[in-house]
Amino acid sequence: MVTLLTVLLFFMVVGAIIAVETKDLLSSIICVGAVGFGVSIAFLFLRAPDIAITQVVVEVLVLVILIRATISRDVTAISGDREFFSMTVSIALLLVIFIFGLEVFKSFPQFREPVFTTMSDASTNTYIQRGLIQTGAANLVTSIILDYRAYDTLGEATVLFTAILGALAILRAKARKRTTDSSEGNSDQ
Amino acid sequence: MGQKLTPGDSRSNLYNPQLGMTLIVKTVTRWVKGFIFLFGVYIVLYGHLTPGGGFAGGVIIAGAFILLTLAFGKEAALERMSKTVASEFDSLGALMFLMLAWLGLYFGGPFFVNFIQRNLPGKRFHLFSAGNIPLCNIAIGIKVGTSLFMVFIILSVLRVVVKKGERRMVQMKRRGE
Amino acid sequence: MIYALCLVLFMVGLYGVVTKKNTVKIVIGIIIMEYAVNLFLVLLGYRKDGVAPIIDEGTSVLKFSQLAVDPLPQALVLTAIVIGLGVIALMVAICIRLYERYGTFDITEMRRLKG
Repeated sequence: MVTLLTVLLFFMVVGAIIAVETKDLLSSIICVGAVGFGVSIAFLFLRAPDIAITQVVVEVLVLVILIRATISRDVTAISGDREFFSMTVSIALLLVIFIFGLEVFKSFPQFREPVFTTMSDASTNTYIQRGLIQTGAANLVTSIILDYRAYDTLGEATVLFTAILGALAILRAKARKRTTDSSEGNSDQ
Repeated sequence: MGQKLTPGDSRSNLYNPQLGMTLIVKTVTRWVKGFIFLFGVYIVLYGHLTPGGGFAGGVIIAGAFILLTLAFGKEAALERMSKTVASEFDSLGALMFLMLAWLGLYFGGPFFVNFIQRNLPGKRFHLFSAGNIPLCNIAIGIKVGTSLFMVFIILSVLRVVVKKGERRMVQMKRRGE
Repeated sequence: MIYALCLVLFMVGLYGVVTKKNTVKIVIGIIIMEYAVNLFLVLLGYRKDGVAPIIDEGTSVLKFSQLAVDPLPQALVLTAIVIGLGVIALMVAICIRLYERYGTFDITEMRRLKG
């Protein structure tokens, strides 16, 4: 189990490195798809079928959106990174964050021993022991997101609504503007 | 893809070979799209008993429409669910979720209380159980599905390809020297 | 070990965000970071030889409570995935808008902040 997850995570890290480093945008997007499906398989091994289903479908939609956004643009490959000095500084900062992250992980519980097994007053104990009686739903994840923590879901709906509204506003303003002063916009370029 | 259609012949563009992808993709889509939609509805309705729920089912329903858009072109999807209908369903899902929360206040309890389960609990492990969790699932499914369909339509319909390659080439050349 | 690999995945995404010049590459880096965080939260709830947090009709609740994995991170991640999709759509829309404005995906050429 642990070795399988390790192999899967190595696969995802390799895919992510290729996705970040490759020159062609289309192959980069496809590598992101590989990472996403790897995450989905990992969810399935971690006994989380709900989010495995959601992750597969969301991954497909992300791929479609990204490909539709970048295909048929005349520029797909921008070579070269930033300047040498800023690259060095940012890589040093990343190393510092990595080392501090490893230090933080020492205070976390061991893998395969979650917090609620050792702490008796964790809220998960209530959800697991009384969830079926109190809400009547056999799927505890659904009973949490729609009953115990429904405020979270309400906030999620609000954020999704706002994001869609933002995308609509950003793309629609351009379309209206193009009809009025497209000649001016072309001339000043 | 990319052809202008006159508004009159929108019904016939399902079989227009000029639009959309190849014949194989169109045929498979015609057979599969109903099953994908049905699977999404199943995932939403049985979300409180089996893996799934409003989020996963809503995304699957949106995926059925997006498959239609990709295979037949955007007119085929828009004549099944236009943008105004999609935005109305979007608001309807959010309002339905909020109304279920307010009804908890009305029936004597806190906001978001599961009042149906409290008053008349159904038989466990059956479809009509768990109070208003299935109703909330349906609301979330409508909301998520139509939102994602709408964002895809926005990104694909209002897409404008700008031909400014010349300017960029000049700039790249200048940077190279 | 597994937590460290998850952190490495996060770091790869952060490296892409910090050092790349292409806006689509930056979006890809943010997507990879999001995957790493989601995976880490679910990893925290896994229990040895656990079962999915869905009660079968036959099993008793007491026996189930000694086997089930933590459903709370799964519920939080489930909402986070869908929010992530909406945010990715918003970012892609901003990228398209910038492309229409400047004719490039390169952020170092987007000098003019006016308009």
